[in-house]
Amino acid sequence: MDALLDTGAIALLLAATVRLAVPVGFAALGGVIAERSGVYNVGLEGMILLGALGAAAGTLATGSPIAGCVVGVALGVAGGLLLGLLSITFHVNQLVAGIAINLLSAGLTAFLARGLIASLFGSSSVAGFSQVRLPGLAELPVIGSALFTQDPLAYALMVLTVLVAFVVYRTHAGLRLRAAGENPRAADSAGVNVTQVRFTALAMSGAFAALGGCHLVLSQIYMFSEGMSAGKGFIALAAVILGRWHPVGAVAAALFFGLCEALQLRLQFSNPNVPYQIFLILPYAASLLVLVWFFGRSRQPAAAGQVYERESR
Amino acid sequence: MNRMLDLAIGLRIPIAIAAALLTGSLLIAAGSGDPVKAYGLLFKEAFLDYWGLSNTLVKTSPILLAALAVIVPLRAGLYNIGGEGQIYIGGLFATIAALHLDGVTVIVALPTVILAAMTGGALWAALAGALRAWRGINEVIVTLLLNFIAIHIVSYAVSGPMMAAGAPYPYSDEIPQSLRLPILMPQTDAHMGVIFGLTAAAAITFIFMRTSIGMALDVAGRSANAAQYAGLNVKRQIVLSMATGGALAGLAGGIEVLGLKYRLFHLFSAGYGFDGIVAAFMTNAHPALAPVSSFFLAGLQSGANVMQRAAGIDGTVVEAIVGIIIIFVAASLAWRTDLLRAFLRKGDRDEIPSVQVSRVESK
Repeated sequence: MDALLDTGAIALLLAATVRLAVPVGFAALGGVIAERSGVYNVGLEGMILLGALGAAAGTLATGSPIAGCVVGVALGVAGGLLLGLLSITFHVNQLVAGIAINLLSAGLTAFLARGLIASLFGSSSVAGFSQVRLPGLAELPVIGSALFTQDPLAYALMVLTVLVAFVVYRTHAGLRLRAAGENPRAADSAGVNVTQVRFTALAMSGAFAALGGCHLVLSQIYMFSEGMSAGKGFIALAAVILGRWHPVGAVAAALFFGLCEALQLRLQFSNPNVPYQIFLILPYAASLLVLVWFFGRSRQPAAAGQVYERESR
Repeated sequence: MNRMLDLAIGLRIPIAIAAALLTGSLLIAAGSGDPVKAYGLLFKEAFLDYWGLSNTLVKTSPILLAALAVIVPLRAGLYNIGGEGQIYIGGLFATIAALHLDGVTVIVALPTVILAAMTGGALWAALAGALRAWRGINEVIVTLLLNFIAIHIVSYAVSGPMMAAGAPYPYSDEIPQSLRLPILMPQTDAHMGVIFGLTAAAAITFIFMRTSIGMALDVAGRSANAAQYAGLNVKRQIVLSMATGGALAGLAGGIEVLGLKYRLFHLFSAGYGFDGIVAAFMTNAHPALAPVSSFFLAGLQSGANVMQRAAGIDGTVVEAIVGIIIIFVAASLAWRTDLLRAFLRKGDRDEIPSVQVSRVESK
């Protein structure tokens, strides 16, 4: 364990933590927005994949990773709207709709990647974002290199987290969002168009999850690979819980999950005798304990998971 | 006209599946394949070919049991998303029991191993049920989290305490020869597991149609208040239905070890818990239909590889088509048929009492 303790190693570990946390953090923000509006987004996993495929195809087609992000986000929004169409318009159970979107996205992205990316572009590896050292901040000891020598999308996550928290808690739009998730009937009486709020929230939710996929392709792997979301969408759902449905909390939880992931990767190589699975279980066990311990004080939006029908009583 | 409509509503699941397959054919065509040839190969291989059918049956047993694991709690109004985790714990318990019962006579050992698998799954699911019953914590979230914990517990077990001596990668010792399930179709992997699934489906259908236990679960699922008022212990119903579901998924895990894999290893279940959710929703939570939907889903999966080899169409398209099928089936089930009827009968609305036109269902 000594190797874990010197400052150079800690800085490396923290940098890995942030890098691993970014996709989960984006998806968790998307999860917070969706659940705050009253819809479970179990389809985050699929929307990450859609974002990843869009990022790869967009970048290959234009040569610009920013254009790649735009295409990725557009696909994510499409996924979010599909979830809205199914769960809000057709009253399909939100979980079933989410699972369907995950299966559809996994199959569709793999199918398109094999068929299209290979034949249209010849190559599958993309030019992504490179790391940007923020002058001044990057010189800070230990955290400087971890937090401020990252790629543009990691900085975007930091800014967006604060922005989402501000919008959710300090603006009229945020109030309507929370009202739709807590008490849609009252919100409706007060003139809030619950359907519209939920559709908007799901579109944004898909966009955020897709940005997580963009980060995987443009800042980590530099190509699209099948199933590259690897459960990050589900981990994001856990981060939403651990973060107690607060944007900052959810991203902090994503960082904690990133730390656990970085630790288990390191342990697998350096200390084979310590069961690394402890760190794989820790995020989920922590989320469960949060649910049990903060019971009553931490709860999901009251109307999450429920169909809202105007005419029903 | 009305009889046609009734027929369409009665057959809406098959109609939705057909529509989904039709939509999927656009994907196949987009991948420059011939949809008719591709589907022909897919279904011929999955259901009519001896080897293909055996492959389909191998996948049917875990999917069917996992589907029942969703259906039982669903009838009580609970969403068990944790079938996958319960399969892992069932497989773990079964393997531990089987490895410790080497040399014990089969008549004692096999039931013990199966009971162990069911107990493991039941306990794992009951945890979610208890948290729901006594602390009001959403069972969807808990079962989802427990999936990952279960998968990593098995990963730890097979790379640590249960790892076979000298194994090149993490897996357990093989279970004794005597405990392996008999093969149903000679020369193939198709084992007796599917019999367990069919028996369970029949038993659960009977319970829901003919017994007060099933009735109580249905009542608790439709209205917890009514159930409470009728003197039912709703908390007990919640834990019981989750535990029963977990036992069925645990059985799926145990059978996967006893019938096919013969040992435990990391990621030994290929997402059957999630396939079970799909199969369950395709039946609208009806246990008697679960064998059909599970067989169909298993066939799609086993036929996918052949389609890829023979028709040059990438097998991943099948995964996308399954996604489309769920979307169509779920939409068809959620569709408000009462409104549809009212809409289509607008012409002779005068003959219909206004009560029928207005909303009956309320949430």
